[in-house]
Amino acid sequence: MREINVDKITEIVKEMCINVNHFLSEDMREAYKNAYDSETSEIGKKILGQLQENLEIAGEEMIPICQDTGMAVFFVNVGQEVHITGGNLTDAINEGVRQGYVEGYLRKSVVSDPIIRKNTNDNTPAIIHYDIVEGDKIEITLAPKGFGSENMSKIYMLKPADGIEGVKEAILSAVKDAGPNACPPMVLGVGIGGTFEKCALLAKKALTRKAGEHSQTEYVKELEIEMLEKINRLNIGPAGLGGKNTAFAVNIETYATHIAGLPVAINICCHVNRHITKEI
Amino acid sequence: MDKYIETPITDEVINNLKAGDFVFITGTIYTARDAAHKRMYETLRNQEKLPIDLKNNIIYYMGPSPAREGRPIGSAGPTTSSRMDKYAPELLDLGLKGMIGKGKRSKEVIDAIKRNNAVYFASIGGAGALLSKSIKESKVIAYDDLGAEAIRELKVENFPAIVVIDHDGTNLYEQR
Repeated sequence: MREINVDKITEIVKEMCINVNHFLSEDMREAYKNAYDSETSEIGKKILGQLQENLEIAGEEMIPICQDTGMAVFFVNVGQEVHITGGNLTDAINEGVRQGYVEGYLRKSVVSDPIIRKNTNDNTPAIIHYDIVEGDKIEITLAPKGFGSENMSKIYMLKPADGIEGVKEAILSAVKDAGPNACPPMVLGVGIGGTFEKCALLAKKALTRKAGEHSQTEYVKELEIEMLEKINRLNIGPAGLGGKNTAFAVNIETYATHIAGLPVAINICCHVNRHITKEI
Repeated sequence: MDKYIETPITDEVINNLKAGDFVFITGTIYTARDAAHKRMYETLRNQEKLPIDLKNNIIYYMGPSPAREGRPIGSAGPTTSSRMDKYAPELLDLGLKGMIGKGKRSKEVIDAIKRNNAVYFASIGGAGALLSKSIKESKVIAYDDLGAEAIRELKVENFPAIVVIDHDGTNLYEQR
């Protein structure tokens, strides 16, 4: 058994919260650059230029890339040979979020109850998804999620007879409905299969994949490429003002499902697709 | 076309703004988003006075991140406007002339824009660091308990926005 103290986890989570809200990952920066180079709409190019300028200012002056610093969503892979000491893992992660959002001048966007709506003032609780894996390490992925795009996300319980064409239609329909509201160019996380909640989780997790990386499954990879092309022909464009860059990437994850079902979840993320991973 | 405008915003200026124009706004604007709109709506239902004078003014749908020391504001980009659609027509009827946000508006809001000779601007969503550079002062003037959602009075200089729905109801999102 390898021992990991909760204080170490809190410290790392705190740093991750601050880092991820000021610096986009290399793959996302590359996606911005490619979009700028390929954009043919004059207004679209102008907006992509300003979005790149925004990233520079954010990093240089430590101003969050977007004021919506999101709800802190975690995927945590806990090695089964790890022994957590000094407290409770969930509390340690939430303490890291609390410290990161308060000390890092990040916006507190969480209310404690969906109806009563009182702000918790420290951006907790986080949303944490755990997996137990082999090994003696903990791998933490943080993807703060803004709600402009989260609100435009969709879940469909399709019928098996709808098949892959039904899936394509669902994805296009979600993007058309989202339009300018989701701050395009977007990244799409798509989950196909599983159950109602599993496909939503797959979609969320798909957003943490590197932009430009494809599924290992051949038909899924082809679907990702085809859908990205189709979406980018919708002429929604940067900020929804027209252009060929409506999405940076379409990331699709699949899972086994029931003989009666074909669940599809489309989790939309704005161009500020933040994710960071650390291994302890 | 690039246009430089000042607040309070006059009918003459509004008549000259067309969907697709790039504008640079200088003067005082007010922030309000979901919770502040709900509270203003309740204030009006109770026949009480609103905390801000809407007449010829602009509301920016924005809740900033906290300011670091020595700075007026943190990251300060627009939030999705459609969540304010329920409240916007009444505020327009009370004299509000401009709204800054991002994304689509309802038919009721567009009708109220036309009826009141008003304008809807979009600023670039997700560009909060860049947009914060045009905000020179920020002061909470109402609903302090709402934190990021409090009403703030901002002094802006050449704050960049795009005319999306002009006073005729012409909608840039529908034109692309």
